[in-house]
Amino acid sequence: MIPISWYLILAAALFSIGLFGVLARKNAVAILLGVELMLNAVNINLVTFWRYNAPETVTGQVFAIIVFAVAAAEVAVGLALIISIYRNRNTIVADDLDMMKW
Amino acid sequence: MEFWKDPINTIFASLLKSFTSGGMSEVLATILIWLIGILLFVTFAMVLDIFLVWIERKVVARFQDRLGPNRIGPFGIFQPFADIVKLLIKEDITPVGADVILFNLAPIFSMMSVLLLWAIMPFAPLMVGVDLNVGMLYLVAAGSIGTLSVIMAGWASNNKYATMGAFRTVAQMISYEIPMVAAILVITVLAGSMGAVGIVEAQEIPFIFYAPLTFIIFLISAIAELGRSPFDLNEAESEIVAGFHTEYTGMKFGLFYAGELLHSFTFGGFIALLFFGGHRFFGLEELGPIVGALIFIGKALFFYWVIMWVKYTVPRIRIDHMLAFNWKFLTPLAFILLMVTALVGRLFLESNWLVPALFLSNILIAWLTVEYLKSHARKEREKEEALKPSAQMTQH
Amino acid sequence: MQITQILFLIFAAIILGSAFKVVTTKKMIHAAFWLIVTLFGVAALYAMLNAGFMAMVQIVVYVGAIAILFIFAIMLTRKELLDSAAPLNKNWTVAALFALLSFSGLFTLLNNWRGFANTAPELSADMDTITELGTALVTPNAYLLPFEVASVLLLAALIGAVYVANEAKSE
Repeated sequence: MIPISWYLILAAALFSIGLFGVLARKNAVAILLGVELMLNAVNINLVTFWRYNAPETVTGQVFAIIVFAVAAAEVAVGLALIISIYRNRNTIVADDLDMMKW
Repeated sequence: MEFWKDPINTIFASLLKSFTSGGMSEVLATILIWLIGILLFVTFAMVLDIFLVWIERKVVARFQDRLGPNRIGPFGIFQPFADIVKLLIKEDITPVGADVILFNLAPIFSMMSVLLLWAIMPFAPLMVGVDLNVGMLYLVAAGSIGTLSVIMAGWASNNKYATMGAFRTVAQMISYEIPMVAAILVITVLAGSMGAVGIVEAQEIPFIFYAPLTFIIFLISAIAELGRSPFDLNEAESEIVAGFHTEYTGMKFGLFYAGELLHSFTFGGFIALLFFGGHRFFGLEELGPIVGALIFIGKALFFYWVIMWVKYTVPRIRIDHMLAFNWKFLTPLAFILLMVTALVGRLFLESNWLVPALFLSNILIAWLTVEYLKSHARKEREKEEALKPSAQMTQH
Repeated sequence: MQITQILFLIFAAIILGSAFKVVTTKKMIHAAFWLIVTLFGVAALYAMLNAGFMAMVQIVVYVGAIAILFIFAIMLTRKELLDSAAPLNKNWTVAALFALLSFSGLFTLLNNWRGFANTAPELSADMDTITELGTALVTPNAYLLPFEVASVLLLAALIGAVYVANEAKSE
């Protein structure tokens, strides 16, 4: 049997890698990719806790499904914003987008 | 007799006995037998695929008033082998500037998305790869791997036509996934199960009588998902050469082509499974699983033929028409059907009037839709005619 | 070593390796494809956790929709410059430090939890998680409201995305 610690450590590592991506990448789309990794780590945790602590209820899975919906909404809006910025400013390097208005 | 009733498990038990008698551990032997089984199953699919090429060429020839391949073997049945030899000895070109890994992975993914579906095909009660309780979701998931292979091929080819073809195909596949999922949901509501075996078991009366309109929606969106005519915009030769597989040669192209044919057959199988009772055929399936499997393959071939019939009869649709047809017509209709089916099914639950009520409500919806379309078309025509009366005059 | 443990380690290696490639690869399109590898790995983990429904939804939603959206966005905003320039900004060492800190912090927190070495309880054979999940999502006393809110959120995101990305409206 796999102890719960393996899953939790894996999720923590995935979350940290995602955090690194969000903080370190230049490209705005890559930052969103990092956010996706972090959301996946959270989902692994939710499903793991469901399986190990409360398999008789479905709470963990419902939470994970809500996270899916949030992730889909976040990606749709985020990518639409990035494409709009690319049209207006012709760049998606996050460091160059430092004007409040133009 | 044992074998006739439950062939797969009988073979498994005898193989396991002979494997373990040589001193092999039981776990290892089981895994080994599973691998052999998977290999045999996939080989069966691929051999069937070879004959699908022949069937396709013969049927299209008949539709177009030709004879089709008739030189190699009786009725030209060995023609596909000649095709394969030709594909194998062609030069295998990787274009300059292509993304080599993705370029070579794409045909494999295309084939994979089809073969994955075979895992849940219930040929007969005891002849099914795995009875997943989320089977229908698995069908959609495998479809999304197909989408992935298309965009991989289009991008990795380093060719503008291929990329544009991939964009079109992906837009089409993603859009038509929605009415398809809604149609599958109708079936799930009726069967009370998402598993393929559960859906077949629920069909004392085939679901075509419960949901005839859903069948039509599923057929249309399945054809769109397959990328066959009238939805074969990815290979509109006059516009974008051959779409996402423009740059592929030899056996890599062969994999795309074989994948498309096997995909059509597989969807024929799923239509048989979802709407026509799978292996059931007037009690004939009681004779044994092997007869059931033959009935299932026969039904799948019939719906494969229906898909071909549509392909070689209907001309290609323009892309904006295709997307508008999906978003403004098919998707709303599918959701209306889902709601009506749920409501009527709830009202007539456990009653003998369930089938007639559902059938009549479907007919009613169809009639209302046709009336609405008629009035809509009349309005559009009147608007057009009001705009340019002079053009009308010159025509007369 | 049991078979499940070996499988877990393989999947974990796939997930972490491809996640690392996602945040470090130069070519954005490759980063997106590495993300897809990660997502498949996570789906395999869900399957190992007896959550088959979650595994399928992971592939349908993430691979079939979100990853494809990412690939589209990368193609629409592609510039040769971006693929050749350094993928990380100049503060990446600080970012790496933060990531390490967060990992060690999480690890310490988890290590102090007494249930850390728990193993999974046996699932009863007759349990049908999917039916329960479906019922829970439409039961007013359970999760009907969050479910509806999620659907409204999706609708709002859909309309917002169309409005923001529509070029004609940006004047």
